[in-house]
Amino acid sequence: MPQGHPLFYTFHFYLFGLIALASAVLFVTRRSPVTAALWLVNVMFSLAALYVMMDAHFVGVIQVLVYAGAIMVVFLFVVMLLNLGHAGGLEDKRGKGVRLTALFVGLAMLAEIAVLTRPDWVPRLPPALALRAPAGNAIEPIAGPLFGKYLLAFELTSVVILVAIIGAVVLGRRTKA
Amino acid sequence: MIAESLALSAALFTIGVIGVLTRRNALILFMCIELMLNAVNLLFVALSQLYGATGQVFVIFVMTVAAAEAAVGLAIVIAVFRHRQSVDLDDLRILRG
Repeated sequence: MPQGHPLFYTFHFYLFGLIALASAVLFVTRRSPVTAALWLVNVMFSLAALYVMMDAHFVGVIQVLVYAGAIMVVFLFVVMLLNLGHAGGLEDKRGKGVRLTALFVGLAMLAEIAVLTRPDWVPRLPPALALRAPAGNAIEPIAGPLFGKYLLAFELTSVVILVAIIGAVVLGRRTKA
Repeated sequence: MIAESLALSAALFTIGVIGVLTRRNALILFMCIELMLNAVNLLFVALSQLYGATGQVFVIFVMTVAAAEAAVGLAIVIAVFRHRQSVDLDDLRILRG
């Protein structure tokens, strides 16, 4: 649901949607697994932003922590374990234009965060634009069904994780040849 | 914004499918599957605006399954790499070890 200014909301919705789409296309066309993984991380961050904009704050946080923070790190870890990144391709090859663009994008993002978190810095900002905490508890609507109606599924999930752990350990173990 | 979210979800899922069909690196294949799961998560979150927070509960389940899948899948990739020194799926034509 649009919180605050509708145009502001729509602009950022399309912005993060386009970033996600472009990053996904770049992800699927890269040759190097490391580059592909980093573009996929970009997709996941954009999706987290979209989740927050769609009032799913908890899912957005979990998206960053679990997907971008844990699952993709495991992928990168395996890439390095298999040495597929080819150390020769690790140096920074970006030109001056790309670096300047990156600097400006970073500054724009920083300014946006500053404006959103410190509404008093920009006095003429409409009050509806300021960042608002979600109405009520953000976790309660998820935790209620999770530990109520879907408790059995939730408990079975722990079995899935246990089986995955055992499977990963057994498969990754070095067999004595 | 729900219609746009559904379109974005479909596009991301399609990109994931295209990746699975065209790429031959096992690691990138797994990442494409993660992208497809992410597209489904976006669908769940978008529709949870209409039908209540149950969709977000399912997102939690999808993430758990994705983590388990990544762990087991990457363990298989490592085992295959130890065996054949390659993660190219075209090198894996025969089933016997």
